[in-house]
Amino acid sequence: MKSNNISKFYKKSDTFFRYITASCGIMILVIMAGIFIELIIASRLSIKKFGFAFVSSSAWNPVTQDFGAASSIYGTLVSAGIAMIIAVPLSLAIALFLAELASPAISRIMGSAIELLAAIPSIIYGMWGLFVFAPVMADYIQPMLQKYLGFIPLFQGSPMGIGMLTSGLILALMIIPFISSVTRDIFNMVPVVIKESAYGMGATTWEVIRHVIIPYGFKGILGACFLGLARAIGETMAITFVIGNDHTISPSLFAAANSIASTLANEFTEASEPMYLSALIELGLILLVMTFVIQMLAELWLWRVSRKGEKGA
Amino acid sequence: MRLRSLKIRKVFDLAIKIIAGVSAGIGIVALFWILISVFRHGFKAINWSFFTSLPTPPGMIGGGLANAIVGTLMITVVATLIGVPVGLMAGTYLSEFGSDSSKLVPAIRFFSNVLMGIPSIIVGVFVYTILVRPTGHFSGYAGAVSLAIIMFPVVARTTEDMLTMVPNSLKEAALALGAPRWKVTLQIVFRAARSGLVTGSLLAVARVSGETAPLLFTALNNPYWVFSLNDPTPNLTVTIFNYAMSPYPDWQQQAWGASLLITIGVLLLFILGRAIVRERRY
Repeated sequence: MKSNNISKFYKKSDTFFRYITASCGIMILVIMAGIFIELIIASRLSIKKFGFAFVSSSAWNPVTQDFGAASSIYGTLVSAGIAMIIAVPLSLAIALFLAELASPAISRIMGSAIELLAAIPSIIYGMWGLFVFAPVMADYIQPMLQKYLGFIPLFQGSPMGIGMLTSGLILALMIIPFISSVTRDIFNMVPVVIKESAYGMGATTWEVIRHVIIPYGFKGILGACFLGLARAIGETMAITFVIGNDHTISPSLFAAANSIASTLANEFTEASEPMYLSALIELGLILLVMTFVIQMLAELWLWRVSRKGEKGA
Repeated sequence: MRLRSLKIRKVFDLAIKIIAGVSAGIGIVALFWILISVFRHGFKAINWSFFTSLPTPPGMIGGGLANAIVGTLMITVVATLIGVPVGLMAGTYLSEFGSDSSKLVPAIRFFSNVLMGIPSIIVGVFVYTILVRPTGHFSGYAGAVSLAIIMFPVVARTTEDMLTMVPNSLKEAALALGAPRWKVTLQIVFRAARSGLVTGSLLAVARVSGETAPLLFTALNNPYWVFSLNDPTPNLTVTIFNYAMSPYPDWQQQAWGASLLITIGVLLLFILGRAIVRERRY
């Protein structure tokens, strides 16, 4: 009789435990859906007034209450694009160095140093960018670019130190640790037997990398790059300091610009008019959709890749 | 594949090795450049009154950020108290009941990865719309909730990873002795995975304690002592933002001091978290 009671209690407590943990898990879905719903509701004023023209209009005038997202979207994409162009090759080289070239001791030390770089909060990058890196850009790098590449419109304009190019470089610095440590892990997963058989056939290190390691890890690397891109697009504090916060679209990379995240950080608490606030939240909604889509694609891609790997094995 | 002469191949190989080495060097130089700047500028701002005084208007000497230090600690502790237990429970569900209902678990796993990649400033906007606007004022609680939301998926996923590493034989042995599932999980599986869970939580705390964007429109900032999180709460990261953007050199100096404090705090948490896992391995 007694043991029967205990097993009943156990069964009940188990169901209870399961419900509690399940509801915590479901919270993830609730939060995800909640973010979308709340942002849509809070930006309905602006959605109603501007419609789809919001995305293509480059107006941003809080006085006349005329808002458009084009300059912010442009700034977000261009700064993230600069970051990717610089960060992807550099990260691949760093990962190759750590996984294949360096001795294990050096690889471990440098690997943890680069992971440490990933742990530094983004506002520190912003501080450093504004007070240390921007002056270096203004005094050395931008004049040099102008001297040799000044005939391209991208590198015209006054070298102020802040602006699109500086933001892109700092973003690159922020995503390099992420992409390179994920890529290094992927490289380390390449079976030693495959590498050694290539070496055994007389291949040089570069040939092993080019023809064995990169093809083997290509899909994973692509996924890591997508995740890096999502980070670059949503990064706020690191570039708010240095992008200059100007709502005009300029062909020059030296000019001040703005990104969605930097506009939110700068103007959100100042927005007293309901329409202004609503337009800002709609900007946030656009950023959310952008990162959500990239993130979904990356996850689906990685998920598919890993499932295929299991089937093949 | 047509092979070129051995000499060209070797030169090419060397060039690639040099490029890779230089790239790794750039990464290291960047790390040290940032760290050295923060330490060099930050130490000038650190003195006794930095830890004991309230902020002063620009131009007045002797101000400090004591209230912001306390505020950051309060917000982070409350965020941890909300985010870690919920995250642990969610992670437990993913690992222990993963095989039960086939559709829900992969969906949660998938969306917790997606949620991890949502920009933190969006989380700030979200919490603004659900907590700040309805109550009519900024508050430290809202700041803590937005940090907790950022921690939540991180803790959930690391918990799942750590719990699935616990050998099944251990669970089966406990179940065979007649222990209920929850007891097995809490007393056997959690204990076996303890150091991993502590590390996961520490890394999650490290990640949010330097966050600024989600606090900008939730906790806001405050130049006074605040002991209730129901008011706008001073914190170091938003102070860094406000002070660094100000034109006053002494405020910018304070911002460097606050940056140094945050950097040291975050890196210590990070290194501590790593050390716990490493110790376990040996």
